[in-house]
Amino acid sequence: MSKNLVIPIGPQHPSLKEPACFTITLEGEKVIEADIGIGYNHRGIEKSCESRNYYQALYIIERVCGICSHSHSTCYLSGVEKLAGVEIPRRAAFIRTIFGELERLHSHLLWLGVAGHEIGFDTLFMYTWRDRELVLDILAMLCGNRVNYGINTLGGVRRDLEPQHIDDIRRMCAKIEERNNYYVNLALSDATLAARLSGVGMLSKEDALKYGAVGPVLRASGVKSDTRRNDPYLIYPEIPFDVITYDSCDVFGRVVVRVLEINESIKIIRYCLDNMPDGDIIAKMPRKIPAGEVVSRYEAPRGEDVHFIKANGTDIPERVKVRAPSEANWHSMAHMLKGDYLADTPIIIAAIDPCYSCTDRAITLNNAAGSKRTDWEAIRKHGIEFYRNKGVDVSRILLPEKINY
Amino acid sequence: MNPLKKLIKWAQRKSPWIIHFNAGACNGCDIEVVDALTPRFDLERFGVLQKGSPRHADVLVCTGAVTMQTADRLKNIYDQMAEPKFVVAVGTCACSGGVFGDCYCVKGGIDAVIPVSAYIPGCAARPEAIIDGVVKLLSTLEDKKLQPKNPIVINSEKELADMLDEAEAAEENTETENFEENKAKEDNENA
Ligand code: SF4
Repeated sequence: MSKNLVIPIGPQHPSLKEPACFTITLEGEKVIEADIGIGYNHRGIEKSCESRNYYQALYIIERVCGICSHSHSTCYLSGVEKLAGVEIPRRAAFIRTIFGELERLHSHLLWLGVAGHEIGFDTLFMYTWRDRELVLDILAMLCGNRVNYGINTLGGVRRDLEPQHIDDIRRMCAKIEERNNYYVNLALSDATLAARLSGVGMLSKEDALKYGAVGPVLRASGVKSDTRRNDPYLIYPEIPFDVITYDSCDVFGRVVVRVLEINESIKIIRYCLDNMPDGDIIAKMPRKIPAGEVVSRYEAPRGEDVHFIKANGTDIPERVKVRAPSEANWHSMAHMLKGDYLADTPIIIAAIDPCYSCTDRAITLNNAAGSKRTDWEAIRKHGIEFYRNKGVDVSRILLPEKINY
Repeated sequence: MNPLKKLIKWAQRKSPWIIHFNAGACNGCDIEVVDALTPRFDLERFGVLQKGSPRHADVLVCTGAVTMQTADRLKNIYDQMAEPKFVVAVGTCACSGGVFGDCYCVKGGIDAVIPVSAYIPGCAARPEAIIDGVVKLLSTLEDKKLQPKNPIVINSEKELADMLDEAEAAEENTETENFEENKAKEDNENA
């Protein structure tokens, strides 16, 4: 019997990865054990919220994660507003929803690019990141910043939507929809992509529920679960949209779910623009929040985000706890890695769309004492070569010749 | 200078290879760094290439405040890079610790651990500012000295404001010109 090989990867990954350390035990080419070490990005956000007032804490909560900053701040604010017994104006709820969906758009496009990169399909990476710029332009136009929008404030939003913005948003939606239809087509009909991704990183419906997967990972295992539907907030109860599910339970399914969700997000944005009421954008908030506890939920691009807030009657929160979606998906990822080839690890890890800065808040620090470290790039290259030798070469996928910009 | 050194310097100036390290960023700045490499901004047109190993890289692009966990690793990575090497701190966090400055697990900006040659503030630093910083760093290398004496600071807000002022002034000029022209035309017609 051959001896098992242990490969430590990380914690420094080039390109798109943030620090994390994986210890993978191999038997031949197969992974039999995967251990994940996180905590490199632990900054102590929850603790520092306890020494700031509710307004100041909002800005640090927004910086839990730069990709889903709006998700975190909205989740936190809905909790605080519930404690204070304040209802935000309807127009503010519409604006928050629009921002939430714009964020989902750019986050999913970003993910699609990263997934393409991990399997050696760099053209897709460049395409989606260029499309993503259109969304970022709109965000910059609406709030003045491309990342960390700072649009939310206690009791509502800080900036209103002007009529000329609405036209720009519609134009952007039309463009993204056209481009996304091409990605949908690519995902659903391309044989190479299907050969590369199906059967990789299997997570059955039972396991997904057992390990507490959330978001697109859970929906790609055939579970119809979306906080926007199960526990609606803002104006979601009245918005008609579909919860996308796919039951292939593999990485391929996760691609399909995400590209189809982009179209749903566009639908939601259009609904909001069509039905936007007039009125105030901010309600008056008391400075001191009455004592109490609240749990608020929000469907971030990566899955369900949960915030717990405990108030003690002063203007400073007593405790803020953040359970980010990536954190919930780590466990199912460790399970997915088992039994797959080493060559598949990059895409399986990327498929949950891990976000380390979200995750690393209250995790015990691990000591990554290892001697020889393999870097991510090497594994990625190995993966691409491995499949090329098997005859699956995604970089050969033909792309449309002409694109209008 | 011996020819080999000259060649190395030329190559470094014309094609700096960068490595990106997240020391504890919120992700916003990392994404903007990657964004700068994608088609809209395309940092590669300056010969900048992203590399996976610190041993191959000339410029270390750091984002985020340094957490206790990453401090030693950041130092390690810096030590592994070959001389001459430069460090660019991207984002307010990387410059000073920013919003995470007083968190218990944060040591401060990148310069708390390693020397920095260019600061690019902004939360998140815009890709334009990142490109500006890298280009300015490269242009100081044109001089004899390989290490800029004083760190470069990119003040994109101020530059943007100046640019807007200039544009406004230019617009006003054209408006008055047009106005004069129109007036002259009208006078002619009337005559
Ligand atoms: S400067 Fe802002 S965007 Fe950049 S890493 Fe820090 S908090 Fe995030």
